[in-house]
Amino acid sequence: MRITQGAFSYLPDLTEAEIGLQVQYAIDNGWAIAVELTDDPHPRNTYWEMWGLPMFEISSPSAVLHEIDRCRQAFPSHYVRVSAYDASYGRQTTALSFLVQRPEKEPGFRLDRQERSDRRIGYQLHAYAADRPHGERYGA
Amino acid sequence: MDPPLGDLRSESGSVADDPSGSSELAVGKGAQAAIELYSETGLGADETVDITKEREASSIDEVLDRLDADLVGLAPVKTRIREISALLLVDRLRRRYGLHSARPTLHMCFTGSPGTGKTTVALRMAEILKRLGYLEKGHLVAVSRDDLVGQYIGHTAPKTREVIKRAMGGVLFIDEAYYLYRPENERDYGQETIEILLQMMESQRQDLVVILAGYKDRMDTFFRSNPGMSSRIAHHLDFPDYTLEELAAIGRLMLAEQGYEMGSEAEAVFASYLERRMRQPRFANARSVRNALERARLRHADRLMRGGGVLRKADLVRLEPEDLLKSRVFDDPVISGAATPT
Repeated sequence: MRITQGAFSYLPDLTEAEIGLQVQYAIDNGWAIAVELTDDPHPRNTYWEMWGLPMFEISSPSAVLHEIDRCRQAFPSHYVRVSAYDASYGRQTTALSFLVQRPEKEPGFRLDRQERSDRRIGYQLHAYAADRPHGERYGA
Repeated sequence: MDPPLGDLRSESGSVADDPSGSSELAVGKGAQAAIELYSETGLGADETVDITKEREASSIDEVLDRLDADLVGLAPVKTRIREISALLLVDRLRRRYGLHSARPTLHMCFTGSPGTGKTTVALRMAEILKRLGYLEKGHLVAVSRDDLVGQYIGHTAPKTREVIKRAMGGVLFIDEAYYLYRPENERDYGQETIEILLQMMESQRQDLVVILAGYKDRMDTFFRSNPGMSSRIAHHLDFPDYTLEELAAIGRLMLAEQGYEMGSEAEAVFASYLERRMRQPRFANARSVRNALERARLRHADRLMRGGGVLRKADLVRLEPEDLLKSRVFDDPVISGAATPT
């Protein structure tokens, strides 16, 4: 199951040139750019690990592409995303976030039903990959 | 996958397939179309290109002429800059025929005495490389040892990387680069910076130009102990000291920029000032000229205030010989280890 999260996730994976253009857009807006990674892509997991420090004051997208490359090499089977933070007063939030790497195999999520009191049913998403320990979830 | 998505992919894919695409990221749509045009439809061997037109289009002459006009002397430096510009221009034309030569490495080393214009030339260099399409942004990030080397274990690498990332797409100018290497302390973190720098100079060649600057003798020692650095730098430019005439010309330029002028008498005094100053210790070429003129301005203002009365524009603009003659440089003709003149 192909996970759709952040911007552009219904499109085919972005090429390097396209990632560069998106990053350029973020730079032009004065947003700070960070590379983040996780192997727990549950939609409610908003706190991904950050790769290095957020990048301020950069002027060329190649700096971000370089960091993305280093992150991909270190974590070849993790989800990696680029997020751009808008620090301007009144917004102060993530302005743009999109995936730049996904594992080769994405087993997806299982829907669990929970029998609760008074015949109520609760639903829960469980990533198949999450059965395995952190760091080994999507192979190697 | 839906057919429309497939279309979108193939459309954008062509940019990524272009080998030169990565360095031209985020340029306008028109420029991107141009890249594709050049690389995909190579010109035939019989077709011609107009180098004069190309030269005009890059507006490189404007920058080079300004370099000539603004910077006095520095003939070897200017020659090399012209050569580099020519190479990049010719490379651009070669690409039209589908001739792919390796992207030239343009890491440079500027050596020379203080005040010979190393920083100024680095700034111009960034602009020139941008005009010629070698660099994407053409900004200059000037750093020294403190900005690169960390204070504790594990601090240096991220710090250096961050500075390099800021400089990507432009020029990283490392002033007094020899301070990076401290042979007397083998655990000095400067070595780590040098290693990362070397690695990035190699791997990020397409978006980064590193310029090292420093005094000649110390840079020589630095390169002797870091042969890897020396071999990765293609251009070693030596900035010669200015002659007396050149210094006088620099002084005139500086005054003109600030809206002052000297009469012929004052100019003669200024020339003899420079002659004396050059023989004194700690002479810093153009920087000393600037400082001398700053002090002359002070005396000029002081003289006007003491004199009082009604002034004309010419009085405010013109430096008189006495403004220069009061300098301590004229006091002792014998050169000793004297303090800097005031």
